[in-house]
Amino acid sequence: MIPAAFDYHAPNTLAEAMALLARYGEAAKVLSGGQSLLPLLKLRLGYADHLVDIGRVPGLEYIKEEDGYLKIGGATREVALERSDLIRSKYPILLDTALVIADPLVRNRATVGGNLAHGDPGNDHPATMLALGAEVVATSPKGERTIPIEKFFTGLFTTALKPDEILTAIKVPIPASRSGGAYVKLERKVGDLATAATAAQVTLGKNGEVERAGIGLTNAGPTPIKATQAENYLQGKKPDDTAITEAARLAAQATAPTVDRRGSVEYKREMARVLTARALTQAVQWAGGH
Amino acid sequence: MVPQTIAEVGGMGHSIKRKEDPRLIRGKGTYVDDIQLPGMVYMDIVRSPFAHAKIKSINSENALKVPGVLAVITGETLAQYNLHWMPTLMSDTQMVLPTEKVMYQAQEVAAVIASDRYAAADGVEAVEVEYDPLPVVVDPFKALQPDAPVLRTDKEGKKDNHIFHWEAGDNEGTNRAIDEADVVVKQDIYLPRIHVASIETCGCIADFDRVMGKLTVYMTTQAPHAVRTVFALVAGHVGLSEEKIRIISPDIGGGFGGKVPVYPGYVIAVAASVVLGKPIKWIEDRIENLQADSFARDYHITAELAAKKDGTMTGLRIKTLADHGYTDAAANPSKFPAGMFSICTGSYDFKHAFAEVDGVYTNKPPGGIAYRCSFRVTEAVHAIERMTDVLAHELKMDAADLRLKNFIPADKFPYKSALGWEYDSGNYHGALEKAMQKIGYAGLRKEQAEKRKAGELMGIGISSFTEIVGAGPSKHFDILGLKMFDSCEIRIHPTGKAIARFGTKSQGQGHETTYAQIIAEELGIPAAHIEIEEGDTDTAPYGLGTYASRSTPTAGAAGAMAARKIREKAKKIAAHLLEVAEGDLEWEPGKFSVKGAPQKAKTIQEIVFAAYTNHPPGMEPGLEAVSYYDPPNLTFPFGSYICVVDLDRGTGEVKIRRFVAVDDCGNIINPMIVDGQIHGGLTMGMAPALLEEISYDENGNVQGGSFMDYLLPTAVETPQWETDKTVTPSPHHPFGAKGVGESATVGAPPAIANAIVDALAHLEVRHIDIPITPEKVWKILKEKGVAL
Amino acid sequence: MAEHKIRVTVNGTAHEAEVESRLLLVHLIRDVLRFTGTHIGCDTTHCGACTVLLDGEPIKSCTVLAVQADGRQLMTVEGLEKDGQLHPIQEGFWEKHGLQCGYCTPGMMMTAYALLQQNGNPSEDEIRQAISGNLCRCTGYMNIVKSIRYAAEKLP
Ligand SMILES: Cc1cc2nc3c(=O)[nH]c(=O)nc-3n(C[C@H](O)[C@H](O)[C@H](O)COP(=O)(O)OP(=O)(O)OC[C@H]3O[C@@H](n4cnc5c(N)ncnc54)[C@H](O)[C@@H]3O)c2cc1C
Ligand code: FES
Ligand code: FES
Repeated sequence: MIPAAFDYHAPNTLAEAMALLARYGEAAKVLSGGQSLLPLLKLRLGYADHLVDIGRVPGLEYIKEEDGYLKIGGATREVALERSDLIRSKYPILLDTALVIADPLVRNRATVGGNLAHGDPGNDHPATMLALGAEVVATSPKGERTIPIEKFFTGLFTTALKPDEILTAIKVPIPASRSGGAYVKLERKVGDLATAATAAQVTLGKNGEVERAGIGLTNAGPTPIKATQAENYLQGKKPDDTAITEAARLAAQATAPTVDRRGSVEYKREMARVLTARALTQAVQWAGGH
Repeated sequence: MVPQTIAEVGGMGHSIKRKEDPRLIRGKGTYVDDIQLPGMVYMDIVRSPFAHAKIKSINSENALKVPGVLAVITGETLAQYNLHWMPTLMSDTQMVLPTEKVMYQAQEVAAVIASDRYAAADGVEAVEVEYDPLPVVVDPFKALQPDAPVLRTDKEGKKDNHIFHWEAGDNEGTNRAIDEADVVVKQDIYLPRIHVASIETCGCIADFDRVMGKLTVYMTTQAPHAVRTVFALVAGHVGLSEEKIRIISPDIGGGFGGKVPVYPGYVIAVAASVVLGKPIKWIEDRIENLQADSFARDYHITAELAAKKDGTMTGLRIKTLADHGYTDAAANPSKFPAGMFSICTGSYDFKHAFAEVDGVYTNKPPGGIAYRCSFRVTEAVHAIERMTDVLAHELKMDAADLRLKNFIPADKFPYKSALGWEYDSGNYHGALEKAMQKIGYAGLRKEQAEKRKAGELMGIGISSFTEIVGAGPSKHFDILGLKMFDSCEIRIHPTGKAIARFGTKSQGQGHETTYAQIIAEELGIPAAHIEIEEGDTDTAPYGLGTYASRSTPTAGAAGAMAARKIREKAKKIAAHLLEVAEGDLEWEPGKFSVKGAPQKAKTIQEIVFAAYTNHPPGMEPGLEAVSYYDPPNLTFPFGSYICVVDLDRGTGEVKIRRFVAVDDCGNIINPMIVDGQIHGGLTMGMAPALLEEISYDENGNVQGGSFMDYLLPTAVETPQWETDKTVTPSPHHPFGAKGVGESATVGAPPAIANAIVDALAHLEVRHIDIPITPEKVWKILKEKGVAL
Repeated sequence: MAEHKIRVTVNGTAHEAEVESRLLLVHLIRDVLRFTGTHIGCDTTHCGACTVLLDGEPIKSCTVLAVQADGRQLMTVEGLEKDGQLHPIQEGFWEKHGLQCGYCTPGMMMTAYALLQQNGNPSEDEIRQAISGNLCRCTGYMNIVKSIRYAAEKLP
């Protein structure tokens, strides 16, 4: 399959990239890893007159802790997460996520920024970032602004990014000690989007009670879902089986899935519940709970 | 079998490395899309978004304005040459391009010819077609109701959507057996549409040379000669005559049955090349491949199995509705509209059986091809192997015991089945017992009982299948009248090397290696010195091609027979050289020696040289032979598979913990290749059992028509296969071999389905249709109150 | 639309080409530069038949634009053999019957090549994960795993 014709631009600086976006407006699209955009163009399900490739813009690929945040450059590839010692040792939830996205070849190109910017509720990083309480840094000729992740996903395949904005970084508050997270995904096979998946990030207090819980759900509605009720419910509770079961039930209530080849509405809901329980149990274990 | 030849010769039984690999591992294979001819242009196809619609108009104006677009071909263009319809292998008719209406979503509507792929794709997007949607018939049961719209309005007088009725066996006797039985179990079983999805899609380059009047078509076909004849029959009236048609089937990236049919795309490309006088390349993309090429299966089966209280099976009745799409384009031998479905009595000794199949038209793409299996054998095996487990469940008998009780005993071969086949050889007890031992059957049953107490779901499934391959004896088997023999032509060069050509076509099976080994076995010439060629109709002897595991049983046999003719002549030459009578000579691989005086001998190489330099007076010089082998019977490979699964009570996911496969394909040419064929077959058996399905919504929109939803297993979903074998040679095959490429695809699905049902048997679950997805399992868990 | 003059190095040799913005890297490799060992098996980035190394990393060349490879290093199956000497991965696939139709094989071998650069001694499970973006319809993967293990043992 072959995309319709377009113009390709390879800016060498962020300023140039932003200028191109400003010039072409809606007719332009950012090209990052291209692993979502190019398939869409090839199937002619999507069209763009101009592609602005940010692959040659320096300074967008990094993973580092700084100023109380884990900072991930917008064009950081999934494979970099997989290989990062920092991620491997301190952010198991991000390692879990990277490892179940697409397949290893796609992950060599696909970027974390693209995964969020695509606004696909089936993508895996949105849930993780919701659970972690991340912030998205958007840069435009007017400057930089920070968007809390729960305000980022505005609809199916739409985000709070403006046409002239580039997602330049993701900021994750460094979790307190006694924190742990997990991402559990049900997929039909490698390379498939989730039938259902849950990201859970938990911080435990002195007495083993839940100080903070973050729960994000993948492919459970038109946008990635933050299971706020379940999070609130857990707050201050001992994360035992009863509490986890109830939180999982509340999380499932927050879903609004649609039927497709991956399953019925009922199945997807129930899987959100089952996987939330599993993710929470693992997260609590990582956090040093039972 | 102990090899009779030394390793350097590499005859039967040696795991020699494949002769095709040196080019393939270097990326130097030549697949159709690798070929570029001077002046070649590209074709791309406009397809219907509707499953059933009148075509009101096709407007090519904008397409012709796209830079690089040279022509747009429609049904009207082809109608000028009366090429808009073509016959199918089952003597039905199929549109090449429509002039009135489309009959399935993704049907070819027009073709764009352009200077390159990109322009052709742009042209396709620019063709404007106006449709008038018509009522869609998706459900084959509804298709048969009196008020269903008649789909084939092109057929004069056709008043319904029924295609054919086929039956075999003894209806009355079976009725009686069922009436008189202690127990009868009955079950509906559906085998959904699936697609072979070889990693290389289909395509061709049609190159019509106006000066010579010769058409050369490089194409992805498993049966080049049959295609040549079909082209001559279809296009004879426009001056294409068979000697002026050359079909070349280059390296093929997997076939599995999907590259047997003649698809409209090929024919349009040929027509376009004739009209434009340029070579035309057409390569379908994956979505076209999945949505428009021939499908497999789509059998709605109702089976009844009768037995005595002690488990003795007494009667089998199977009724099937076959959804063929809008035309019967099944790739079956002409007299077998339901293929070899009558192998459905399987490995069991039935006195009475009756099977019937009705074919139905619907608004779906045509097909009814194999999916790495001999014609409809998977459907038959799935039915009988599932029913055997349903019966075991009903009688509360162990599934292995029930099988062992009913197997055709080894001493009853050749065995005449209730549905009329003569099974050549078998040892079913031997295969199942070996599989049970290897997997530790008794121990697993104990473990299962304990797990059940603990609330864990584990299942053990058996499948003891009998295949029927190697079509076939000319008395019964033909395709469009062409008898299903196969052929080999061997030429021995003066220095003792050889070239052999065959009427078949490898798509990965390794013919260049195994055929050389067959000849090496017969003549003692090292396999390394024997070139094998297939797939060029200008040079190869006529044959019916490679599918349905027929290559070894037919062309392989032809290879041995041709080699034996050469050996006969070699013997005469040896007698002349050694100055003895032929009767005084003894053969061992590679030489003739004088009985009782082994030092007086001539090697095959010496004899061959003499055939060109010193042939006996009165004898023709040279050394070559041809054999057209018409097999006396089919061959009946078999095996027993045992699968162990664990189910996730939360998600319904199925994990295959172990899978033991004991296969028997008679004498083995190359054990390494046979093992590889079985690994591949098992994986293609697992795929439809757990993952693959193409279905349609009520408007005839295809579901699962790309790799996003048509789920080919990766290395991660595929378990480690544990293979083993027994060897029961075929008594009628020249070297005792049977086919093997497809046994595992046939045998694996019921083993997996049986294991999953077995994991749930204590909850009174009897059957689940494949593919057994996590959701299907979960629904049962929920219904039975055991979901987490 | 816009044409770009690009320069790519394939298996150590520099090539120049004038390409349309939308030209897919796989078509540059196959149709323009004529390295036909790299194949195409799908349109949705699932099969991996098109796998090549881009600056040393295995990627699906059907989902990268040719212009994106400007100034970069490509390695295709044709680059595995050095001085008439098969690469141990090629030997492994031949010895262990890691291919049947051979269509997935070049992509599979390129993925394996990159895996062994990263991890000289991968376990069966690691191999299966690593090749999970490459579909094979013929072999059932078992002998592919063995082929890669063979190469791992042979490589220094
Ligand atoms: C076979 C296959 C399987 C997949 N499976 C999964 C899966 O299981 N889970 C999963 O999460 N994903 C999956 N993906 C998607 C993959 O991870 C995508 O690559 C990813 O979602 C998008 O990242 P990208 O860098 O490729 O973005 P691109 O494709 O380059 O861009 C995607 C969209 O985001 C915009 N965009 C990208 N980067 C920026 C930026 N920095 N600023 C502003 N806008 C930007 C683009 O304009 C475009 O609209 C799969 C993809 C494939 C091909
Ligand atoms: S061609 Fe299938 S992934 Fe590239
Ligand atoms: S060898 Fe045929 S697809 Fe892998």
